[in-house]
Amino acid sequence: MGSLVNVLDWEYALEFRDVTFRLPSGAVLACGISFWIAPGETLVLLGRSGSGKTTTLKLINRLLEPSGGEIRVAGRSNTSWDPIQLRRGIGYVIQDAGLFPHWSVERNVALVPQLERWPVDRIKARVTEMMELVGLPPGEYAKRKPSELSGGQRQRVGVARALAADPPILLMDEPFGALDPVTRADLQREFRSLAQRLQKTIVFVTHDVREALFLGTRIALLDQGRLVGIYSPDQFLKASEPEARAFAASLNSSGGLDSAG
Amino acid sequence: MNWYDFLLRNRGEVLERTVEHMGLVGASMGIALAIGLPLGVALVRRRTLQRWVLGVANVVQTIPSLALFGFLIPVPWIGGVGASTAVVALALYALLPILRNTCTGIAEVDPAVVESARGMGMTPRQVLWQVQLPLAAPVLLAGIRVATVISIGVTTIAAAIGAGGLGVFIFRGVAMVNNQVILAGAIPAALLAIVADTALGFLQRRIAKA
Repeated sequence: MGSLVNVLDWEYALEFRDVTFRLPSGAVLACGISFWIAPGETLVLLGRSGSGKTTTLKLINRLLEPSGGEIRVAGRSNTSWDPIQLRRGIGYVIQDAGLFPHWSVERNVALVPQLERWPVDRIKARVTEMMELVGLPPGEYAKRKPSELSGGQRQRVGVARALAADPPILLMDEPFGALDPVTRADLQREFRSLAQRLQKTIVFVTHDVREALFLGTRIALLDQGRLVGIYSPDQFLKASEPEARAFAASLNSSGGLDSAG
Repeated sequence: MNWYDFLLRNRGEVLERTVEHMGLVGASMGIALAIGLPLGVALVRRRTLQRWVLGVANVVQTIPSLALFGFLIPVPWIGGVGASTAVVALALYALLPILRNTCTGIAEVDPAVVESARGMGMTPRQVLWQVQLPLAAPVLLAGIRVATVISIGVTTIAAAIGAGGLGVFIFRGVAMVNNQVILAGAIPAALLAIVADTALGFLQRRIAKA
């Protein structure tokens, strides 16, 4: 079993080839989706609720298996990876972080290194490094339980946990969606500079067009399970597709009221 | 003569019957746990099967205990008169609360936590042992607590089929129309139930806090 470490050597870190996902009931949640992501890029999957963005994300780390088409990770079909090994090479952050409530912060952060059986002192050093990276001094926070943290702090721990084993790819499913606007703006800013510094390939799901424009190097717009188009932030604002214009319009109408981002 | 005088004078036999009683409860709880926990875990994702199994366990629960003991006597292998038949019946009674709480306890674990566990690359076994079972533990323990208390009560009836235990005093007392003898069985049994309930309740709170 190979590892994902050399993903930067690949032309595409991730590639979707005509991917379809259908529920057993027959409902089509993703239909004919094709795109690629270059190493080090942040691709935002933008869309309304039910547009298929979370489905698309879960297809990458095989929490869902496609009904048709192929997803390639680091140049290899993701079905040729062992799913457990694949997931340990792909960081995963979800809304409300999904931290283990019965584990301390440090144990949560140590999860993947511990699963990968790193030596204890290396895990310890890595946890310290990660907690400092996300702005949570270990001396104060390492022993706390997730319930003893604020929403923003929990989300920081979620990011630290996802980064702990240094995965080349990061999947983020509305990670800042449940936060208050001020905290959200802080985390978005910090995360953007973190993403630039760490050179991770990131797939980021959101329904917040502001967040998409701020964080994405490119934006993939989804509507009812179909890919409407892929745009740079500049292109997105000028795009002529109705769904893109609806999102762009929502930006203007709420611009005066909501100054987050 | 007071009931406690009777207790004191017969403390040798009372102690012996109490130990016997605890042995019956312990053995039946052991079997019920050995079957109920793995079965409950296996049923978590199998909704239809789960309804059927819980339905059957529910029906077993409604059979009057004396009748269940009676039904089991002619059954080959497990039946007959004595402790082993009683243990089987008691285990059947303890099964429902353990099964039901295992299923609901695991089902109630926050799906976001389980999904992030899978998404981070934990194997199904690791998700079960490191995430689902620890988080379901308080609910699981509540089931074990209920099952233990029921079991201590029902075990008094097991004396009817010659299994021994504190029920021996109760049945003897009924036959002799002697309340002191009945109380010599009933009071230690009640104390056992209270002690078990308190101890498991304490453990349950400790786990919930951890």
